[in-house]
Amino acid sequence: MQLYELTLKQLKSKLINQEISSSEIVDSILDRIKVVDEKVKAFITVTEDMAKNLAKDLKQNSESKVLTGIPYGLKDDMCTNGVRTTCASKMLENFTPNYDATVVSRLKDQGGVLIGKLNMDEFSMGSSTEQSAFFATRNPWDLSRVPGGSSGGSAAAVAADELPFALGSDTGGSIRQPASFCGIVGFKPTYGSISRWGVMPFASSLDQVGIFSKDVQDCATVMNVIAGKDQLDSTSVDLDSTDYISYLDTNIKGMKIGFPKEYFQKGMNEEVKALIMKALNKYEEMGAIVQEVSLPHSEYALQAYHVIASAEASTNLARLDGVEYGLRDFQADNVVDMFSNSRAKGFGDEVKLRTMFGTFVLSSGYYERYYLKAMQVRRLVNEDFNKVFQDVDVIISPTTMNTAFKIGQKADDVLSLYMNDVLTVPVNMAGLPGISIPCGFIDGLPVGMQIIGKPFADGSVLKTAFAFEQNTDYHKQKPVLGVN
Amino acid sequence: MDLTIKDIEDIALLARLNLSEQEKETLIKELGTLFNFVDKLQDLDTEGIEPLINTLSVYNVFRSDEVRQSPSREEMLSNAPLTEDGYYKVPKIM
Repeated sequence: MQLYELTLKQLKSKLINQEISSSEIVDSILDRIKVVDEKVKAFITVTEDMAKNLAKDLKQNSESKVLTGIPYGLKDDMCTNGVRTTCASKMLENFTPNYDATVVSRLKDQGGVLIGKLNMDEFSMGSSTEQSAFFATRNPWDLSRVPGGSSGGSAAAVAADELPFALGSDTGGSIRQPASFCGIVGFKPTYGSISRWGVMPFASSLDQVGIFSKDVQDCATVMNVIAGKDQLDSTSVDLDSTDYISYLDTNIKGMKIGFPKEYFQKGMNEEVKALIMKALNKYEEMGAIVQEVSLPHSEYALQAYHVIASAEASTNLARLDGVEYGLRDFQADNVVDMFSNSRAKGFGDEVKLRTMFGTFVLSSGYYERYYLKAMQVRRLVNEDFNKVFQDVDVIISPTTMNTAFKIGQKADDVLSLYMNDVLTVPVNMAGLPGISIPCGFIDGLPVGMQIIGKPFADGSVLKTAFAFEQNTDYHKQKPVLGVN
Repeated sequence: MDLTIKDIEDIALLARLNLSEQEKETLIKELGTLFNFVDKLQDLDTEGIEPLINTLSVYNVFRSDEVRQSPSREEMLSNAPLTEDGYYKVPKIM
């Protein structure tokens, strides 16, 4: 085994036993990136010199913390002091923050080594990473296919062994869907459990930072580092005493699992459905009780989501006006034209579309019919979950209706791309924790299973995922990139 | 919903987006598709249902009022496209 193939836990144990140094790990990861990233194209920025220097410094410093010497990557919507943070947009192509997002400070404080910033759909608006203003990232399992999105660079990098773990953000499925397409673990914790300070907002009432990793154990380890209250994010919740690793045991006897009938709808790949049913059988063998449940308002969640997310995005993106930072048009001789020209040059087509849609639904004459209505529907979606969680501990469904699609396949059809998120969006609407873990393959492409928990029952979600993982080996499968 | 070029231009001004004629034509079509898609929401009777703005029940979050380190003026201005004498500079407003 090469060092770049190892999990966080395996690397840590080799470091503690002094079998290897953090420089060796960082060099192995950087070499791997040089060999495969030409094909995968996961990275926007590789912080090679910074990483090498930090790893060297760590050698002299014997204090061992949770992530000492462990490499990681970040979706390029998280501010990094002194490292360009683009959101994959021309608008922020030359933006270099002078502060770290809270999650970045926490990873740094625990000794983690930043390797680089990862590709995404521009301002997280997309489900394929094709909407990046720079280039499309490719799926390591089949380079002609998308890795999913919007955190597609983070997912592809972990799947291609370019990183042991990475952070992403999830507004409607942007962690779980790419994790599913790339055959790795992708966790979106409960809304409020991780600080979002310093992370570029898309839709603030739905956004959540989360984790991509090679297994559930590593996911819990990173969760311990980044979760908890932050003075700078008033929506963050005090969870500092929670030890997520303590939830990882395989005894799920008597656990009640619901599968929502509405999620197994027309258009779902029958083989995906069969793999989830097989996984549910596995859970029954392990002693869980599986029952059908109903989330009747699911069919309206995607519509309500697009109204709310676009409305919040149009407000959040108003900050990008060419004044404080970002692209500026110097031709205009008055301030309104300067704003309007800068934004027209800086934003890509999808961002313009959603900004326009969001401005429409918030404007007089549309507000009640669309925005207010969508928030009422959000209440109904939330109540559906509350009711079901009176009877079951977790809900299990496929993460996506199908496996990864071809690059360019959905380019001309906005709605067919949006449909990708139909099984993940309700979880954000209700602020719940959700994870995607590998549960099989169809024609060599990974399939993800989504496990959804009660608010702040993130530990139960991790436990349910862990129990499955311990009894299967799907997460150990690796894509063949032809360069091993 | 049938949108007109005038609708698009009105909203584009609110959104501070200078759109080309071709972009306006494309947006009429794409926004029309989106509105048709979300009009499904009108099938639901939501009379009397309280809107859900945020799923957290966190209110009045306080922290202690103490001086802490924050970036300097120079640092904050370092990303600005145009500055003068420690201020952001923009074209004339009125």
